[in-house]
Amino acid sequence: MKNSRRTFIKLAGIAAAGLAVAPKKVLASSGGHSPVKVNATASHAKHWAMVIDTTKLHTAEAIDELAKVCHHIHNVPSIEGKKEVKWLWHDTYGHSFPEQENPHLAEEVHERVFPLLCNHCENPPCVRVCPTKATFQRPDGIVAMDYHRCIGCRYCMAGCPYGSRSFNWGDPRLNLDMANLNPEFPTRMRGVVEKCNFCVERLAVGKQPACVEASNGAMFFGDLKDPDSEVRKVLREKFTIRRKPSAGTEPSVYYII
Amino acid sequence: MYNGFAIVAGLVIFFAMLTAPFALGTMTKQYKEPELKLPVNEKECIESTEYMRTNHMQLLNEWRDWALRDGKRTYTNHAGKEFSISLQNTCMKCHTSKADFCDKCHNDAGVSPYCWDCHVQPEGLK
Ligand code: SF4
Ligand code: SF4
Ligand code: SF4
Repeated sequence: MKNSRRTFIKLAGIAAAGLAVAPKKVLASSGGHSPVKVNATASHAKHWAMVIDTTKLHTAEAIDELAKVCHHIHNVPSIEGKKEVKWLWHDTYGHSFPEQENPHLAEEVHERVFPLLCNHCENPPCVRVCPTKATFQRPDGIVAMDYHRCIGCRYCMAGCPYGSRSFNWGDPRLNLDMANLNPEFPTRMRGVVEKCNFCVERLAVGKQPACVEASNGAMFFGDLKDPDSEVRKVLREKFTIRRKPSAGTEPSVYYII
Repeated sequence: MYNGFAIVAGLVIFFAMLTAPFALGTMTKQYKEPELKLPVNEKECIESTEYMRTNHMQLLNEWRDWALRDGKRTYTNHAGKEFSISLQNTCMKCHTSKADFCDKCHNDAGVSPYCWDCHVQPEGLK
């Protein structure tokens, strides 16, 4: 009796030791050598920001051209009406800057239309309200979305004061030109929210955002925390405004007026 | 035994049904690993075949977080070789057919990962 109990305890001890060893072995084989790093060609910034020169870029046609580029490379479906999905779009002065309207605004400014996109706010309410952390802020300031996690609750849409987000009411693939997809970028699925990602996938390989590249010098992109960067240079020289200052979100998109 | 015949018959049927899947399983043909169409131009995957066979799902899961959430898009394998972390632009550049590679095992194993709800398969979408 005693003997067999002793054997059992010994064996149990060995089994427990085995358990203690096993996970370490698994760990080692899954890459205990820290196998990941940032791309060698990636562009870096402490805080990415965009400046848009609306003296150069202010017509619906020109902005729609840029939207077309953005929407094509990101496989954004084209849907008319209330179920529209948009990353980059245009709107009137009054809708873009409701707090900065006055009845005697220069007519020329009032007649412009303005390119709008996610502002990648420094203090983003969409991140604060997202229950799954599908919307999160990267250390470089970009407010990114992890579509793998989004549960479609749309709190972020309620939280965003700029209407920068779109909900996929149906399968976006039904409204995409399948023959003309960008095979290097995924589509989304029904039931998730999406928005402009400041072209993180392009920054990761050292490219500028697609809209900036296509803007013929009407848009600037760079590090807001670097006093020598191009965006800071432009901000020093030109008068700029941001959308809805009273919301307190501190947008990273600046408009030269 | 009261109602003996019915009880015994019932028990026999019960055990026959209980063991039917096992009996059928051993009687019918053995499970064969599906034949996959392997890449023509590459001999090795990013890690060993053994490793990929058992761990690809976990690896892909880590890849998506590394690339998307941590912004780290370069993976160094056990041999020290570097790869760009991307399902569409690394995996699917070698495995050029979802139907001839991924689906073969997934269909047999009865799993349908939802990767393809968003990621574009190399043969394109219709
Ligand atoms: S613009 Fe809206 S969606 Fe974009 S970061 Fe700000 S609050 Fe979030
Ligand atoms: S819809 Fe998605 S991203 Fe928006 S708050 Fe809900 S889980 Fe977060
Ligand atoms: S930064 Fe990139 S994702 Fe955002 S609007 Fe411009 S092109 Fe589109």
